[in-house]
Amino acid sequence: MSGVESTQQRTGRRLVNVAAVLGLLYLFAPIVVIVVFSFNKPLGKFNIVWQGFTLENWASPFSDQALTDALFVSLRVALISSVIAAVLGTMIALSLSRYRFKGSGAVNLFLVLPLTSPEVVLGSSLATLFLSRGVDFGYTTVIIAHVMFQISFVAVTVRARIRGFDWTLEQAAMDLGASPQRAFWRITFPLILPGILAAWLLSFALSIDDFIITFFNAGSLVTFPLQIFGASRVAIPPQINVLASMLLFLSIALMVGALLIESRRQRMIASGALKRKK
Amino acid sequence: MDNQEAVIALHNVRKQYGSFVAVHEANFSIGRGEFFALLGPSGCGKTTTLKMIAGFEQPTDGQVFLEGVNVSEVPPHKRNVNTVFQQYALFPHMTVFDNVAFGPRSKKIQETEVVRRVTEMLDIVRLGEFANRRPSQLSGGQQQRVALARALVNYPSALLLDEPLAALDLKLREAMQIELKRIQREVGITFVFVTHDQGEALTMSDRIAVMSEGHVEQIGSSADIYSRPESLFVAGFIGSANLLPGTVVSSDGSGIRVDLVGGTQVVVPVGNSASNVSLAAGAQVTVVLRPEHVHFDPQGQVSVSVTDSVYQGSSVRIVGRMENGTEVSAIVGVEPGVRAPLPGETTLMTWHPEIPYLLAGWPEMAGSTSTNVDSIEASL
Repeated sequence: MSGVESTQQRTGRRLVNVAAVLGLLYLFAPIVVIVVFSFNKPLGKFNIVWQGFTLENWASPFSDQALTDALFVSLRVALISSVIAAVLGTMIALSLSRYRFKGSGAVNLFLVLPLTSPEVVLGSSLATLFLSRGVDFGYTTVIIAHVMFQISFVAVTVRARIRGFDWTLEQAAMDLGASPQRAFWRITFPLILPGILAAWLLSFALSIDDFIITFFNAGSLVTFPLQIFGASRVAIPPQINVLASMLLFLSIALMVGALLIESRRQRMIASGALKRKK
Repeated sequence: MDNQEAVIALHNVRKQYGSFVAVHEANFSIGRGEFFALLGPSGCGKTTTLKMIAGFEQPTDGQVFLEGVNVSEVPPHKRNVNTVFQQYALFPHMTVFDNVAFGPRSKKIQETEVVRRVTEMLDIVRLGEFANRRPSQLSGGQQQRVALARALVNYPSALLLDEPLAALDLKLREAMQIELKRIQREVGITFVFVTHDQGEALTMSDRIAVMSEGHVEQIGSSADIYSRPESLFVAGFIGSANLLPGTVVSSDGSGIRVDLVGGTQVVVPVGNSASNVSLAAGAQVTVVLRPEHVHFDPQGQVSVSVTDSVYQGSSVRIVGRMENGTEVSAIVGVEPGVRAPLPGETTLMTWHPEIPYLLAGWPEMAGSTSTNVDSIEASL
């Protein structure tokens, strides 16, 4: 085909572009509204009609005490659960990709179950389990619940990242006199760290975001999504938009961080630590 | 070889994976400062043997001795041998210097001593100015030399090299062969070298162990293995050979007379035979003629119809068929005034009377080993 387009082809290409722009608008419109309305000056309790521009909300983002508390609960839960999940999930990924053992097929299957099951099922069955064991709902139960679904994400992500890792590097380290522990911490771990960090960021975001499973297992603990949901019937203060925008910018920052990590990983691939698929 | 002198000794070493025997009863010793090659087609057990010396595999039976100590159960990080891996396995997140320093640092050697040793070793492999580069910033040949330095800096009893030149292109491979020999002379450490490339083994090694299907077929110097092969496999695998099956007619002080299948009689000089050849009349034997020792002459003994002639610069390779259909090949020099036979011609083939060599048994495929695509593919 030559580079010259027929009228038909040009029309087709334009239609595709229009569809793409509309699709992106559809995706980003809610986000834009959130950020824009964080600068709104609402008249009543509900920040839903544009009244005028102000920076007041951003000057006092933590003025809504209950909302601020809920945000810090969420951050704390996300931090603790994602660290636990990153450690355990990485261990699962390492054992699954290095060894064939009895039941490794079953582990592989169970790993994707939490990813595919409806959250309502996971949340309610976990709640039943806690109730029947007489466990008090609170931080512990929420963290356990979050770790449960994060582990799968971490294990699957890390396993995908270390597929094709050149294990002869570990052999070479031991050949040079390093103990198996030293070989792991000095060679394998630094090389798979970008994958682990990416998985950790993902599970952190999943935890902050989770509503359904948390709802079933929180008891009197109020996380950020639970607080917004509960408050939305009485009031929607602009601070919600401010904190949500902050979270948005935080996750954008984290994503940029992940991209930087990824490009470091690409450089390592180029240098041969991770073999390309043949 | 004397066991006191041996750096590495294998006693009845066998390795079995399930019902598959990778190495059968390997018995040999490698001396101090020796350049020793394990040569054979892929799947012959040479890499498994190397891994058992390194400690990455444990022998099913038998013992591996290192400096006279049985190390069969010792893990790799506690054996004083180092390996140069086929793809080098350099640590990509470390500089060249830190790569080379990894071994001594793992052994908790003082940092000043580490720096001295690494600097010395980088000078030996001529990479002193690249100390702060990453492996990815080096060429293939330079990476190879980093791998060498990283292994040698530990002053191992022996250096194990697993197809170290396979990843390099031809020119670089030839240069690295010379470089490897130089480095080995300079450090005086035993090198054990795994390769499927017979040319590489012949040019570099002091001794070669030829392996096939898990068996060590023969151990000897390059010249021994080439001119006095002990088995049909060795004769066919090292260089190319015309393998002509026949039966012994008689043998006395003047020579061994062999009737080739298809008629012609060949006289083999006494002593030009493998140690296991029976000289009794009627014994099945194979006469080996190297293509470079065959030439064409009107007074020759064997009639050959030429099927192919390949110009190779300094020589011409001629392929033809004997009257019984056996394919033979010859390499004749290109000289002024001498005309090589052309395809379609029938000519007479001859050789110096000292040349024919006798092996026990008949080959699976009679004739020239180097023109048979199937057998070459099977051996690779």
